[in-house]
Amino acid sequence: MKTLGLKRKILEVKDLHVHFYTYAGVVKAISGVSFEIYEGETFCLVGETGCGKSVTSRAITKLIESPGKIVKGQVLFYRDGSPIDLLKLSDEELRRIRGREIAYIFQDPTAALDPLYSVGYQIAETMVAHNTATWKEAFRRAVDILKSVLIPDPEKRVKNYPHELSGGMKQRVVIGISLSNKPKLLIADEPTTAVDVTIQAQILDLLRKLRQEEKMTLLLITHNMGVVAEMCDRVAVMYAGKIVEIGTVHQIFKNPQHPYTKGLLRAVPNPLIKIEKLESIPGTVPNLIFPPSGCRFHPRCPYRFDPCDKKEPPLIEVEEGHKVACWLYVK
Amino acid sequence: MGSSIASKETYEKKILDRFSDKLVDSITNLIDKVKPGWSERNKSKVDEWKLMFYAFNRSPPGIIGAILIISFILIGLFGPYVAPYSYREFLYIEYPDTYLVPPGSTVTITNKQGDIVKVFNFPLGTDKYGRDLLSLILYGARVSLIVSLIVILLGVPVGILLGLVAGYFGGKVDEVIMRITDIFLAFPALILAIAFASVLPERIRPIIIQSGILKQVFSVFFAADVRDAANFAPILSVILAIILVWWPPYTRIIRGSVLSAKENLYVEAAKALGVSTWKILFKHILPNIISPVLVLITLDIGSVILMEASLSFLGLGAQDPMVDWGKIVYDGAQYFPDRWWLVIFPGLATFLAVLGWNLIGDTLRDVLDPRTRRSIEFKVKRGKAEEK
Repeated sequence: MKTLGLKRKILEVKDLHVHFYTYAGVVKAISGVSFEIYEGETFCLVGETGCGKSVTSRAITKLIESPGKIVKGQVLFYRDGSPIDLLKLSDEELRRIRGREIAYIFQDPTAALDPLYSVGYQIAETMVAHNTATWKEAFRRAVDILKSVLIPDPEKRVKNYPHELSGGMKQRVVIGISLSNKPKLLIADEPTTAVDVTIQAQILDLLRKLRQEEKMTLLLITHNMGVVAEMCDRVAVMYAGKIVEIGTVHQIFKNPQHPYTKGLLRAVPNPLIKIEKLESIPGTVPNLIFPPSGCRFHPRCPYRFDPCDKKEPPLIEVEEGHKVACWLYVK
Repeated sequence: MGSSIASKETYEKKILDRFSDKLVDSITNLIDKVKPGWSERNKSKVDEWKLMFYAFNRSPPGIIGAILIISFILIGLFGPYVAPYSYREFLYIEYPDTYLVPPGSTVTITNKQGDIVKVFNFPLGTDKYGRDLLSLILYGARVSLIVSLIVILLGVPVGILLGLVAGYFGGKVDEVIMRITDIFLAFPALILAIAFASVLPERIRPIIIQSGILKQVFSVFFAADVRDAANFAPILSVILAIILVWWPPYTRIIRGSVLSAKENLYVEAAKALGVSTWKILFKHILPNIISPVLVLITLDIGSVILMEASLSFLGLGAQDPMVDWGKIVYDGAQYFPDRWWLVIFPGLATFLAVLGWNLIGDTLRDVLDPRTRRSIEFKVKRGKAEEK
């Protein structure tokens, strides 16, 4: 196990609350999420659809659109060792950080590219927006960037429009755009969901290679436990807008503590063993307008007992760097 | 059998395509002379232009429309200078024989001794002052052209800007802009324009009369005599009135499109990459929603011409001795149907100009669709491959 204590923090999210004010009521999408990311590591957020992974990632640079609102919390970004609270910055200051120091890769590469511009233009635009290059220079650099994301024949591809590229190539272009300003933190929101398995492996390889070459920190959001095992150093498991367990990838896979994490791992199909019926977690994701009282997992939890439906469990450390929010471990 | 299918799938360049190729090439060469190396860098753009022309050339209505509006624009620009007579020519000379003569007549003026003083040819007849109808229509084209251009150039950007702002920022900004738009839309456009056009001339007239520069500028614009400066005011107020009623539909349409376009992931991606709000608005949202607006603009130029003609027909636009198409019909209506030419010819001119813009608008929709262009591109390339 790596000694995490010696590593420097790059991002720290403290007690983040995001609410969506809809006609049906206030959706408490994120309630009290805290975690930190260390320089150079790959940090994963896992959880099922609708648990707030993407909202968390977008809230980091205040990309929450109305009717959503960040009601509470801090996002500390460590720039040269000193923290700045991203949520307190003005729009213009945030704009300068987005894409330059913190960049995003979105889920659907087909939708993330503007159909009207060549991919070269779109890569160059990010550099010009941050004044890191003139248009001329940026176009020249775009070719190198396409080369670095392993697109064959980059001199020609740079002039192509998004509809002329395949899904995997588009995702690489999107990655290229995010990398164009050499960000310190790269947030990849389900980068492999929209592409097939072989491309998925290539994209993950590429991300791993780029992370090492550019010395970036990666925040990877996924619902795929296989991707987590493959890529991550540390993992946070989210359920219904809260982090239920956080630890290194070894701790989570070898020694899962929270009943939800255990269920999640059992639900992963194993190609080596023939199974009659894949295990699932009974019940459905709770409605976040009226979240369950106490521990949010208790209606679906096989181990629930007395305090579960009354009081929220605290996040307690069960071993070094491994925290879990469950009454089973509260002594 | 096989060859017939193949010939269907390749695109043969016809005369028009070769002409448009040459046109694009010469434009490219021209830019190349100003900025050396431009064509090399923008090769794909030039190819795209050529493909747009190919797509255009394949549409007969588009070609008819293009012929109509090119003639309309040429007549609008040069008509007043090639007109056989000035619109003021017969106002001061008393030739009663020239009043209201039918198309194709030749009027010979003799003096008391029976000598031929002057011979006038009136291919389209004359109006009640004995003015040549052909010349009047040529002068009227200028007014129609200027009015429609000014309205589109000033009114549409205002509508687009308000729509972009309302749609993108939402909330209170949206509420305020859209309620004002609703107020304007609540009045029938023509009635509102009549109201403006009847109030405005009194305010505009002194401004024009006192300013020598404005007098000169507008006399060039309308190809009119500076002595008619007081009569520019009604035409300008018609322009203002049309602009005032013209922007709301654009605001509506743009706002609606922005609402859906801003949900696109590439807008969020641009935001996440730190592209500024105005750049997102003008580079990523506007270009993606502009093609329906471009089509609407071309269709609308026709409507502006009609609106201007209707306001003139109601006596609000050009005043004697100035003319536009609506005014000629308005004057001629008193003599209809006996002197039919006074209504039919300017009416026909209006009809053809409006039809031209409408045909162009329809064709532009196809030309602006990249998929149409792409399919033609493949056919052209296949054709080239077969030649080899």
